[in-house]
Amino acid sequence: MQLLTVAGPPSSGKTSILLRLACVLARRGRSLGVVKFDCLASRDREIFTQAGIPCLTGLSGALCPDHFFVCNAADAFAWGQGRGVSVLAIESAGLCNRCAPHIEGVLALCVVDSLSGIDTPAKIGPMLRLADVVAVTKGDVVSQAEREVFAFRVRRANPRATVLFVNGLTGQGAEALAHVVGAAPDTTGLDGATLRFTMPAAVCSYCLGQRKIGLDHQMGNVRKMDFGQDAS
Amino acid sequence: MIDPRLNRPFADLWRELPPARDFFLLQGLPQPLPDQTPAAYFAGLGSEVLTEAAASASDLAQAFARFLAALATLETDAPSVASLTILGGRDKHGRAENLELTLVPGDVAALVGPTGSGKSRFLADIEWLAHGDTPTGRRVLLDGHPCDAAVRLSASGRLIAQLSQNMQFVMDLTVTDFLLAHAESRLVADGVGAAAEVIALANELSGEAFSPTTALPALSGGQSRALMIADVARLCASPIVLVDELENAGIDRRKAIELLTGSGKIVLMATHDPLLALLAGRRLVFAAGAVAAVMETSPAEKNCLTALAAADARLSALREALRHGRQLRFTHEGDDHA
Repeated sequence: MQLLTVAGPPSSGKTSILLRLACVLARRGRSLGVVKFDCLASRDREIFTQAGIPCLTGLSGALCPDHFFVCNAADAFAWGQGRGVSVLAIESAGLCNRCAPHIEGVLALCVVDSLSGIDTPAKIGPMLRLADVVAVTKGDVVSQAEREVFAFRVRRANPRATVLFVNGLTGQGAEALAHVVGAAPDTTGLDGATLRFTMPAAVCSYCLGQRKIGLDHQMGNVRKMDFGQDAS
Repeated sequence: MIDPRLNRPFADLWRELPPARDFFLLQGLPQPLPDQTPAAYFAGLGSEVLTEAAASASDLAQAFARFLAALATLETDAPSVASLTILGGRDKHGRAENLELTLVPGDVAALVGPTGSGKSRFLADIEWLAHGDTPTGRRVLLDGHPCDAAVRLSASGRLIAQLSQNMQFVMDLTVTDFLLAHAESRLVADGVGAAAEVIALANELSGEAFSPTTALPALSGGQSRALMIADVARLCASPIVLVDELENAGIDRRKAIELLTGSGKIVLMATHDPLLALLAGRRLVFAAGAVAAVMETSPAEKNCLTALAAADARLSALREALRHGRQLRFTHEGDDHA
């Protein structure tokens, strides 16, 4: 089975792109399965199921969504194998920009939206910086020049990535994406695989449910900002 | 193997490859000193910085070397195209599409047909340089040859520039800053000169001139469109331009198309505006997902253009009259403003 990790800010078009990808794969006799990690409620399972794509959603709820994702990644892989899909996409919603779900040896896709501003490529960190493919969406509503400037900033942030314009509405660009996915390595399992980037360190009192603000209530891995002399 | 560049001072690297600086910004690393070498810089990083970057000093040094290598191979420009050939595939019912169309720079072709007739698919086939591997089975050749996977991937998104009436500027910049950003992305040496040229051209196309310091969001519809057209003509590397309707917002559309063809573009126009369509040398008529006919614009049709342009000018004049609060007059004889 081929595996693909998908990351990108919320509402950047990850789901639409996967739906388009599934169409192209289906034409080539291949099937897509999706495991979607999300923080809160997600309607995506319904959308994928309607399109005939096997999908499982995992909600992290009160847990750190990134840690939740890693703890379940190998099981997600096994689920995909059990369903017999040819390509499994593991999608993690926005999460925090400090994180990336990308795994060594597994095709990593980042989805960014060209409406999100030209500083976004530099701001969203490892999920873009460590991706193999960057799909730029919503390019049909911004001017050609802005499309080009955006793609340029993406290439500067990650010069090793293949940058594709994919339109979730019309499907333009989905063929190119399917081509890249088709060339992805075959993965036999995620046991022992390595994340491309470490997850954020945590374990402070707030991880354990503390809600009170103030020095007396902060314990564990706490870091204080420097507010200069004036702060007291 | 150690990259020899890691032992040269940053000042040298910045000079040769200015975007190399981005690496430190993107990774949230402290800015290096100009006389430092990367090797010394990475070795000297404190443990707190390394924890924050979630990598060891040697990982970071290797990542920087890879970043430099990748930057050096970045192609900023689309492939230049001497000819574009589209060989027919099949329509939605599997019937053969009888098409062998070659377009060269300066050619203008109109795409006509109702929604769902296959215009978008046609453009997607060109953009992906289809090679019998899309639902239409079409093949697209550049300069008479099929392209290999590497060319197709690197051309992806760069072959066709788009000008559509749905497009808007979303950046909150002045016109000049915006054009400079675009020039920078193309690594144009004289960005200031290029920006001034684009502004002058845009002001020629639109009736109402704007200044270089106008903010993009403050431009009128016509000014925006004129700026987009002039920018695509002068600052965009894509050899093919798709014009998806051009509303009559006070833009000289004939001049706009001439500006694009004069800049060596192949122009495809998805339009049902007769004035625009007649500017094309031929029309591709779409039906059932395929090109059903290629119509040459006949001399008789070309003759209509003069009369059509006159009618269009009359309508524009009425718009102007409205704008200036004058009474409207429109007669069969055409002496509207007598």
